[in-house]
Amino acid sequence: MTTTTYQQPNTHGYYGKFGGAFIPEMLHRNVEELRSKYLDIIYDPAFQKEYKALLHDYVGRPSPLYYAKRLSEQYGTQIYLKREDLCHTGSHKLNNALGQILLAERLGKKRIIAETGAGQHGVATATVCALKGVECIVYMGEKDIERQAPNVARMKMLGATVIPAVSGSKTLKDATNEAIRDWINNPVDTHYIIGSVVGPHPYPDMVARFQSIISEEIRWQLKEQTGSELPSHVIACVGGGSNAAGAFYHFLEEPGVQLVAVEASGHGVHSGMSAATTQLGKPGVLHGSKSLVMQTEDGQVVEPHSISAGLDYPGIGPLHANLYDSGRGLFLSATDEDALQAAFNLAKKEGIIPALESSHALAGLEMLSPVTAKKSEAPIPAKAMFTKESTVVVCLSGRGDKDMATYMKAMEGK
Amino acid sequence: MNRIQELFKQKKNNILNVYCTAGYPQLNSTVPVMKALQDSGVDMIELGMPYSDPLADGPVIQASSTQALANGMTIATLFEQLRGFRQQIYVPVVLMGYMNPILQYGFERFCQDAADMPIDGLILPDLPEYEFETEYGPIMQRYGLNFIFLVTPETSEERIRRLDSLSTGFLYAVSSSSTTGKDKDMNAVNNYLQKLQDMKLKNPVLVGFGIKDKATFQQACEHANGAIIGTAFIKALENTSDIAGTTKKFITDIKS
Repeated sequence: MTTTTYQQPNTHGYYGKFGGAFIPEMLHRNVEELRSKYLDIIYDPAFQKEYKALLHDYVGRPSPLYYAKRLSEQYGTQIYLKREDLCHTGSHKLNNALGQILLAERLGKKRIIAETGAGQHGVATATVCALKGVECIVYMGEKDIERQAPNVARMKMLGATVIPAVSGSKTLKDATNEAIRDWINNPVDTHYIIGSVVGPHPYPDMVARFQSIISEEIRWQLKEQTGSELPSHVIACVGGGSNAAGAFYHFLEEPGVQLVAVEASGHGVHSGMSAATTQLGKPGVLHGSKSLVMQTEDGQVVEPHSISAGLDYPGIGPLHANLYDSGRGLFLSATDEDALQAAFNLAKKEGIIPALESSHALAGLEMLSPVTAKKSEAPIPAKAMFTKESTVVVCLSGRGDKDMATYMKAMEGK
Repeated sequence: MNRIQELFKQKKNNILNVYCTAGYPQLNSTVPVMKALQDSGVDMIELGMPYSDPLADGPVIQASSTQALANGMTIATLFEQLRGFRQQIYVPVVLMGYMNPILQYGFERFCQDAADMPIDGLILPDLPEYEFETEYGPIMQRYGLNFIFLVTPETSEERIRRLDSLSTGFLYAVSSSSTTGKDKDMNAVNNYLQKLQDMKLKNPVLVGFGIKDKATFQQACEHANGAIIGTAFIKALENTSDIAGTTKKFITDIKS
């Protein structure tokens, strides 16, 4: 047996009890091709050279690690924001889409498909396809197309075809089903760019590696700014979990770093309108891997709710399910209202309008700060609370432009 | 030896296996549809257990699953409906479904209940061979359930041999790499089926995906032991109030 670490799955794609590749035979060739080649391709020097150059010149990396002085004063600790919101296209999603388009090119694929919920990953995929002149098809739930019109327009302007997913609940999970079906029906020339650390092995590991640039930068940036490369806390929001996987990655095997994942609890964990998968989910199989899944007693996948379309997913990546199951990660949840408050707070305190997804991570500050000590649905061990000397890194995964309609509605209500 | 092995011993060619969704078109249609299929002369029945996210199925079968779930179908309800069904259904029955609902029901409990009915075999498209060998296969074997793997035109010869060695009952040849219900280029399909035939596999081969009428059924049977029809039959059931009559007509058109 190969040993599993928090960071890397074993040869069959398992992080502890979670992961694997639960796929129909029709996908075997594609997934096996990817599994047998992805590491060699990614770590080829020519690949790394092109990827790093584009991360620098096109994405705009390294993204700043910004010491948030007024936020630090408010919460009585030292807070740094990892500014993924400043990446091209407005979020961390481009790190992965860029890596995968370079990989697809080396696999000789001529056609790209992707799923998207809020549209951020769809925009990132459409962007890299435009960059490489490759056909791009994005599956998006019919309901999400209505809710996220500006991102649909962006994808179209970038030359992508947006196909509505009309099956099931017509949201992200159904868009993912449709993308997988497309891949089954186009087994030779097509690469599927999954946007999160979900899906069959090797996707969770591959996406985590492409997003790991986030924590790679945090380490040296923190060293430059504080003299130590290890923070006390890293906080990130989790839907499927790609920005969290990237922000945690190089700290997973550092037991002194408290990893905090904040899920979206919508109207409240037990309201029936929630997306807090670790609180509500049970082990199951969704979209090709074994993980925690929100489902009925009969094993039918349920529709989650969050004000943030990017966290509105009934599963969670197997890497995160293992962090939850093993206790390595602390899993908190923030309601729609908590996230809105955190967004308005950051805007006023630091002049940064965050994405609704990232606002959930910011809402975690309220619960971990001894100054505010907001009550958390999940118990917080005393040693996880901030002190004045704590070095807290929050992954600000995206910017809030796409959420202005929601923010405007919230302002009218006040 | 169960009903599947018995069937292939008796009959080597033109085996007609028809798929239906449990709880469709009405919750209590399950056994009446199976009875109508048997009375119309089908050799085997593939009974689908509805799931909210059926990756390997096309839109028609997914829609029937969605309808069946809305009708209230669950695994527990299905086993209630099937209790005693062997008093009237004697053809082999394989259950087709996805892992997640079965894991919630409890995998061993599921196999035990399926064997009690008795059901003859299982098709679980999202159960891969690694998990089959290490965890789930031995449980199915303990309860005497056949397990049928799928192969596709993209499956290598070495892998076909391997999946054939793991399968019991029959091997399910997907006619092209695609979800159910899409039209296929029958020439490419013929070449692929010829290849399977020439490999002289351990198991009988039934062809599925894209078989919809007499012509496609006969073509598939030229190179295989038989074929499986799903989407076309579900479509036929869509707006019917006469399950027996509709089924009779559908099957007669294929077999005539």
